[in-house]
Amino acid sequence: MTVTKGNEPGTELADQNLVTLTVDDVEVSVPEGTLVIRAAELIGVEIPRFCDHPLLAPVGACRQCLVDVPDAGNGRGFPKPQASCTLPVSPGMVVKTQVTSPVADKAQHGIMEFLLVNHPLDCPMCDKGGECPLQNQAMSHGQGETRFTEKKRTYPKPLAISSQILLDRERCILCARCTRFSEQIAGDPFIAMAERGALQQVAIYENEPFSSYFSGNTIQICPVGALTSSSYRFRSRPFDLVSTPAVAEHDACGAAIRVDHRRGKVVRRLSGDDPEVNEEWISDKDRFAFTYARQADRLTRPLVRDPETGALEPASWPAAFLAAARGLAAAAATSGVGVVTGGRLTTEDAYAYAKLARTVLGTNDIDFRARPQSAEEAEFLAHAVAGSGLGVTYRDLEEATKVVLVGLEPEDEAATIFLRLRKAWRTNGTQVVAVASHATRALEKVGGQLVRTIPGDEAKALGEAGLAPGTIVLLGERLARVEGAFTTALAAASRSGARLAWVPRRAGDRGAVEAGCLPNLLPGGRPVADAEARADLAAAWGVASLPGEPGRSTDDILAAALAGEIGALLVAGVEVDDLADPQAALDAVDAAGFVVSLEVRASAVTERADVVLPVAAVAEKAGSFVNWEGRRRPFEAVIPVPHALPDTRVLAGIAEAAGHDLGFRTPEAAAAELAEVGVWDGARAPKPEVVPGRAPRTDPSEVVLDTWRRLIDDGRGQDGDRHYQATARPSVALLSSATARAFGVREGEEIVLRTDRGAVAVPAGIADIADGVVWTPANSNGLSLLGILGAAYGAVVTVERSVPADEADALSGPPHPHVPTEEDEQ
Amino acid sequence: MSAAPLTPVLSRGWDHERSWTLDAYGDYAALRSALRQDPDEVIATVKDSGLRGRGGAGFPTGMKWGFIPQDPTQPGGDKPHYLVVNADESEPGTCKDIPLMMANPHVLVEGVAITCHAIRAKKAFIYVRGEVLHVIRRLQAAVEEAYAAGFLGADVFGSGIDVDVVVHAGAGAYICGEETALLDSLEGRRGQPRLRPPFPAVAGLYAAPTVINNVESIASVPCIVERGADWFASMGTEKSKGMTIYSLSGHVKQPGQYEAPLGITLRELLDMSGGMRDGSELKFWTPGGSSTPLLTAEHLDVPLDYEGVAGAGSMLGTKALQLFDQTTSVVRCVLRWTEFYKHESCGKCTPCREGTWWLVQTLERLEAGKGQEGDIELLLDQCDNILGRAFCALGDGATSPITSAIEHFRDEFEAGMHTPAWDLFPYEGSTAWAKPATDAAKGATA
Ligand SMILES: Cc1cc2nc3c(=O)[nH]c(=O)nc-3n(C[C@H](O)[C@H](O)[C@H](O)COP(=O)(O)O)c2cc1C
Ligand code: SF4
Ligand code: SF4
Ligand code: FES
Repeated sequence: MTVTKGNEPGTELADQNLVTLTVDDVEVSVPEGTLVIRAAELIGVEIPRFCDHPLLAPVGACRQCLVDVPDAGNGRGFPKPQASCTLPVSPGMVVKTQVTSPVADKAQHGIMEFLLVNHPLDCPMCDKGGECPLQNQAMSHGQGETRFTEKKRTYPKPLAISSQILLDRERCILCARCTRFSEQIAGDPFIAMAERGALQQVAIYENEPFSSYFSGNTIQICPVGALTSSSYRFRSRPFDLVSTPAVAEHDACGAAIRVDHRRGKVVRRLSGDDPEVNEEWISDKDRFAFTYARQADRLTRPLVRDPETGALEPASWPAAFLAAARGLAAAAATSGVGVVTGGRLTTEDAYAYAKLARTVLGTNDIDFRARPQSAEEAEFLAHAVAGSGLGVTYRDLEEATKVVLVGLEPEDEAATIFLRLRKAWRTNGTQVVAVASHATRALEKVGGQLVRTIPGDEAKALGEAGLAPGTIVLLGERLARVEGAFTTALAAASRSGARLAWVPRRAGDRGAVEAGCLPNLLPGGRPVADAEARADLAAAWGVASLPGEPGRSTDDILAAALAGEIGALLVAGVEVDDLADPQAALDAVDAAGFVVSLEVRASAVTERADVVLPVAAVAEKAGSFVNWEGRRRPFEAVIPVPHALPDTRVLAGIAEAAGHDLGFRTPEAAAAELAEVGVWDGARAPKPEVVPGRAPRTDPSEVVLDTWRRLIDDGRGQDGDRHYQATARPSVALLSSATARAFGVREGEEIVLRTDRGAVAVPAGIADIADGVVWTPANSNGLSLLGILGAAYGAVVTVERSVPADEADALSGPPHPHVPTEEDEQ
Repeated sequence: MSAAPLTPVLSRGWDHERSWTLDAYGDYAALRSALRQDPDEVIATVKDSGLRGRGGAGFPTGMKWGFIPQDPTQPGGDKPHYLVVNADESEPGTCKDIPLMMANPHVLVEGVAITCHAIRAKKAFIYVRGEVLHVIRRLQAAVEEAYAAGFLGADVFGSGIDVDVVVHAGAGAYICGEETALLDSLEGRRGQPRLRPPFPAVAGLYAAPTVINNVESIASVPCIVERGADWFASMGTEKSKGMTIYSLSGHVKQPGQYEAPLGITLRELLDMSGGMRDGSELKFWTPGGSSTPLLTAEHLDVPLDYEGVAGAGSMLGTKALQLFDQTTSVVRCVLRWTEFYKHESCGKCTPCREGTWWLVQTLERLEAGKGQEGDIELLLDQCDNILGRAFCALGDGATSPITSAIEHFRDEFEAGMHTPAWDLFPYEGSTAWAKPATDAAKGATA
């Protein structure tokens, strides 16, 4: 729990205005403005509480925290007990809690008794039983017997306030934590108190579900079992769970989570508490998207393609290692091997690939960017990101005067950043500016302003964002599709004194940069092109030399494989539909003479691979991510799964089978070696010099595509929880009214977006978006824009007004999952 | 005993032909003279008059106005100021603001304009209880007349001062009479009390400095401006100055509003109003609505001013004198009030929300003669756990009738252990409309 405001690491207590007061006869000094309830915590007195939450504004609603204040610091006492959660300390104040004041103690017992009047006391069947603040505090501050023998308030149960969140109103003690969270923290005030008196209840507006990417936090902070999730309800008891701290793997934020498992199966995830990173909040994706690793397509045994039958056949680990080693070594000796690692690896696993590529396969043809990429981006990463350590932090965002977002939509792509920006705006008045085609709801929720641009024109628009010292510019990975964006951002930052940070989408992206999974970068930020850096690393690795030829990017590796210039591919967890040209990628995999795939679940790549090596999912291994801040986020394995080896172990096995020693077999050893190899302290790679491009020109039938992935979408990491998936936002294609008029399209009508690859049909929405642009989600509702259209951010697509009847079913994807009704639940 | 004279000021013209029209009212002379004065001078006059808030708590009105930050460097000083008139009158028994606005709306509108000048507000809101549509219409008509006459709007009387008045209808919730809940309601939210600080004087309506006063408080301002602080202070008692409206209801011959100097006694008021009904004997009464502890016939000579009533262990409150005779079951009466508080509790805080829910059920038992050993102690302890523990004064008020009734009529509660209240005090005996309790009704209440 966050103890006191301002009492953060790095701030000396002595620097602050301290106030000295007496709590239960003990003198204590706390920063000015501290609430009495927290001052008491500092002397080890826990005042019972329900509505109080350190990250929410005080309300004083439950009245559980009453204390006696015989002296308010001015010689006069309060005649009545005071709510300690709303009362700031003052010098000389005397506070008597339940420990020393019979009045406070009786008041607290009285409130507790009242709270239980209308509470069902159905603890034996309640999810919260065993970890319930009401249950616990009723034991410590309540009486054993009830004097209430009359009728309790009852309600039909439960009420589905969204497909995922269920509300049992009779358990609710009306502390308003959930409603305040939604309003204050998430900015999604879609639940509110309705009715009054004992019939007051948490409610949604008629038929409007509690639609928030952060809804799950309300379950966690509910001090009773009134809020539960469809996916966890009645699944387990807290005392049967084993809890492990971990790090969320769905984005680059590095949110601290807690993973609870029971009999080898993860049953739920909660937010951890890390004041420097995600405080006590996580997105619903971080909370609910964890069943992906136990889907039917989970790979459990190594598979090797039978040369006779051409089918993948189960093999032993040694046989599979040998097969992989042989094929890779043969290719390495001739045409070479390309390594594509994706963004989901731990830093340790990424390091294993980086080292294997250089020392065993003898190539710099390695790239983690399993998505559209550019050479400018790689140069930017080498120049400004790799090996730069902790840069801009969440705390810096909170304290910044201005934060400029370019190519980044934090609520969808980096949810923890979104919450911190909202906090920054609300508490410090931080000005948020988005350089984008339109102002999203999320931008409104951070009080942001729009600098309007068309995808491709960001470099130009950046000039209008008003950078100054104290400004932070966050650059999203979409900028890899915008010529000159990184070059311009670097120049603008150095001119203005603004600071830059790169915010990738995937948890493993920044770690992969640090580990050297780039064609131009070795581990620790060593430029491939720098002979000294190579020599330094070769010495550390105990090898004579390292390949000096800069490698190829993902796109180039695949193109080379297609052209027969690369003989083999080593592919980590890569989804083909994430790549710039999925069809070309499949053709390349087909064309490559030999393919090794390390995967958790079967995929288009494993189907085509010659050797498939099943690897551990994140929860099954130790490791670390490096988040966008450059902060290392280590974690332990949550559940050991015997057949699931970390990539590191598998790569060590391949290396050994090829007659090499990778130098480590475990993530721990890999981490130790990476730390020892250290960060390059020589000259940094030069900065990119790319002339800014322009948005593509379109003819009257065309528009420029603006797109990103929504937080909750069809990503495979989110498979397996239908309640969660049903909370995804419905698809829409946003057009300006002028553009819509030009195409004769009305709000709600389906329009067809087409490229030479294919077409999708999406309902049109009219929005205040740049003319000549369409925004639609990249991978929602069964419509993968890359997979179907081969179109990424900034691409040109044609718009057709009506859906051809013969294509109607094929183009629209499955119907949007509906919000389950109460009947569905029962 | 000679009756103290009535002092009709606010109620002076109530019996005039079309008393609510501007023609009947006059030409806003007090406003005209106030606008010639410096705002601080007006505040000083109201301070000197000793006028105390008529909404229940008796807070000095001039002092409240003085809290509004006038210096732009003070917190809230750079924001517009607002006047909000509390016309939510919903306390059981209280019936003064509504008749006043019905019969003499212009005295309120004129008071609003003067107060706006004093506190430098350009805009005032009158928040009227939603159920009294007839009053809302009359007030709206009065405001319209005042605009038409140039007494409201831009540049009133050529003074360069602008005053705009909005009549706002509430939705009918007792809690919206609590001033901070009223502000939330006025802002379009659910009416629930706000955490203080910040106080409304610094951050009230739309987080701007706001004065909230009762209808009668504001309506008392024009006569103070017109006739002077000394004239006003010459009425009443040492610390409770001026005249005020007492509303009598219950088993009296002539219920209604009686305007008299503060400090008059119930005995005097009864003398003037023709006394209790024939055959009625005063059993208990509330001095200021149901939230003020009950008094009995013993207290007939208590001066009805803030100090006098407090000295008798109750509160002057809204001066709503509800009188009950010997036919009334105090248990039933207290239960009815408690049902009101249960129904009106806003639900924000635990003791009031859950306490009133429980109190009703305990009292229902006693009414039905099914009380259990210890129920009286239980009631007192429930009240002890509510009083001073709730978020706002509604919770405190809910306990007043119960604790005071037990104090004065404990035996009636004890009788509730075995005999239904309807047997002890047949309900048809105390009101004209109550039917004899049928078995079905008994079952329902029991
Ligand atoms: C539950 C509750 C209901 C109230 N209802 C009213 C009301 O209807 N009218 C009113 O003037 N004051 C009411 N008050 C008192 C107001 O909060 C406030 O004190 C008053 O409007 C201040 O005006 P005054 O200073 O002119 O008396 C109520 C208070 C509480 C706690
Ligand atoms: S649902 Fe839980 S968090 Fe929300 S008000 Fe009720 S008890 Fe509090
Ligand atoms: S005492 Fe509490 S529940 Fe009752 S009206 Fe006031 S705030 Fe609402
Ligand atoms: S914890 Fe203080 S009032 Fe609820």
